[in-house]
Amino acid sequence: MDPVTLLPQIFNGLVQGTFYALLSLGLAIIFGVLRVVNFAHGAFFMLGAFGAYILFQNAGLPFWPALILAPLGVALLGMLLERVVIRRLYQFDPLYNFLLTFGITLILQDAVRLRYGMQGQPYAPPRELAGATNLGLFFYPNYRLFAMLLAIGVCVAVWYVIERTRLGMIVRAATEKPDLTRALGVDIDRWVTPVFGFGVALAALGGVLAAPMQSVYPLMGAELIITVFAVVVIGGLGSIVGAIVAGLLVGVVFGIGLAIVPPLANTLVFVLMAVVLLVRPAGLFGSAEAA
Amino acid sequence: MKHRPLRLAGYGIGLILVLALPRLIYPVLALDILLWGLFGISVDLLLGFVGLLSFGHAMFWGFSGYTAGYLAKSAAFDYPLAGLIGACAAALLALPTGYLAIRSKGIYFAMVTLAFAQMVFYVVNEARPITGGENGLQGVPRTLLGSAIHDAMAFYYAALPLVLFGYWLAYRIVHSPFGHVLVAIRDNEARAQALGYPTGRYKLLAFVLSAFLAGLAGGLYALGHGFAALELVHWSTSGTAVVMTILGGIGTLWGSILGAAVFLLLRDWLSTFTDAWGVVTGAIFAVIVLSFRQGIWGTLLARVQSPKSKVQSHASGGALESRAAPAEPAPARES
Repeated sequence: MDPVTLLPQIFNGLVQGTFYALLSLGLAIIFGVLRVVNFAHGAFFMLGAFGAYILFQNAGLPFWPALILAPLGVALLGMLLERVVIRRLYQFDPLYNFLLTFGITLILQDAVRLRYGMQGQPYAPPRELAGATNLGLFFYPNYRLFAMLLAIGVCVAVWYVIERTRLGMIVRAATEKPDLTRALGVDIDRWVTPVFGFGVALAALGGVLAAPMQSVYPLMGAELIITVFAVVVIGGLGSIVGAIVAGLLVGVVFGIGLAIVPPLANTLVFVLMAVVLLVRPAGLFGSAEAA
Repeated sequence: MKHRPLRLAGYGIGLILVLALPRLIYPVLALDILLWGLFGISVDLLLGFVGLLSFGHAMFWGFSGYTAGYLAKSAAFDYPLAGLIGACAAALLALPTGYLAIRSKGIYFAMVTLAFAQMVFYVVNEARPITGGENGLQGVPRTLLGSAIHDAMAFYYAALPLVLFGYWLAYRIVHSPFGHVLVAIRDNEARAQALGYPTGRYKLLAFVLSAFLAGLAGGLYALGHGFAALELVHWSTSGTAVVMTILGGIGTLWGSILGAAVFLLLRDWLSTFTDAWGVVTGAIFAVIVLSFRQGIWGTLLARVQSPKSKVQSHASGGALESRAAPAEPAPARES
């Protein structure tokens, strides 16, 4: 296959990869502080997309305000759920919260289906980003370029906050040694709800960004979240860098797979996961302890 | 051993119930309860006795369902042979997936099994010439000695010996020396290792046996319904099996049948006046996980057990680590 036809596919894969990265990043942050693997992350992604859709349909709000408002709204819902139900299971095995958020996923998906049906709803990209740009070897849609760059920018910003600021230091300390951090006088519990909300907001942001590229439908997050779980296993659970790098890597592998052997593209991601499990069971960037 | 008469009476009542079930509710639902119950038992074998939550057991249920369906449809295999070959195919699939999955534990194990099940879903979806893709395998016949079994009631009794074989196998596994080693691994893997048990091999064998049971149930399910559809290998199917197990009671084995019965009867009843099935299922999930972690069987056990063993099983309401009542007294309370 010649590079000129392969390159756009790699770009498509990168775009897809930025969504994986956004979602697995949110999962990693939430898992780090709360010890919860949030199955509902895909549902929050879907709600972000529907948020943008609803804001446009019911309030006439275009893409740009929705890019801020929809994640904010979904994050509030997430924080409410954390306060009311998820919080009750911290004292038990993390598997219980995995199951609880699985139940929440079913409820959210079905509630949206009852209101909007199973069919995809169209959501137009913003007018400012119509058209395509000549990247030398090929033309690429402006909106996709924008979505990719924004998502990567957000990932880098989050990485910076966690690795280089005081707030990030608290999050990292809480992730690695919660008891010791508490003993040193840091009130971890204060950060639990905001951290959950922030992780959820990242997922919802991904949903808004994805809305103009595909139709908006209730199950759009369901299959995505399982692929993201594979990404998390590849990157190493709880690793920030691992989440971002593995997300992009899996996206590119998916893109190349789609170009060369389309029917196997979806499977390829899981083969990659199997190889990582074989070679590095804790993930590419994970410590053995985390597994 | 002193409870032997009580236990035999319990099994007697259980057997009578199973024989009478299709007379009490319609036969298709009755068989569904038994098969989902066996599916739940296969999940419980790992969750309750090895401490591993598989969130991808639909791959075994569904892979066997498609295998059995394909053999019955394209090669005119009789249902017992098709079902058993399906179960063996599921066990074979469990070898590589289990080998990789048992390298992780806890929440990681759940995610890895879920991911492998999704891979199987994609493969089944793409293998259209064999599986029919989104249309599934339609018109799967169920035959014995070449002649078709049309009546649902007749098929219930035809499938029953195989289902009981599955139940018996699960019971034998749990109550064998092998089963006791599994419990030892669940409670303290490092200690079991130090005692000289190759824990990895034990876990893999448990995984394969569990897949065999899930496959036996799934194969008969596809044959019983006359079709194999993508839903068989869907992630929500794995979740349903897990919730049935927890509803029945983790580590109680027979509880899964009870959990399946309650779940399916509830769905059957609710579907008469709502189509919001996802909301209902999700709510059942949430309620069970939040406030009914001991499950039906576990709650009943705690009621009837002596104070001494009550202390042991009481913890099963809480952390997953101590979820199971001791293997021996549990079945003695059957009634």
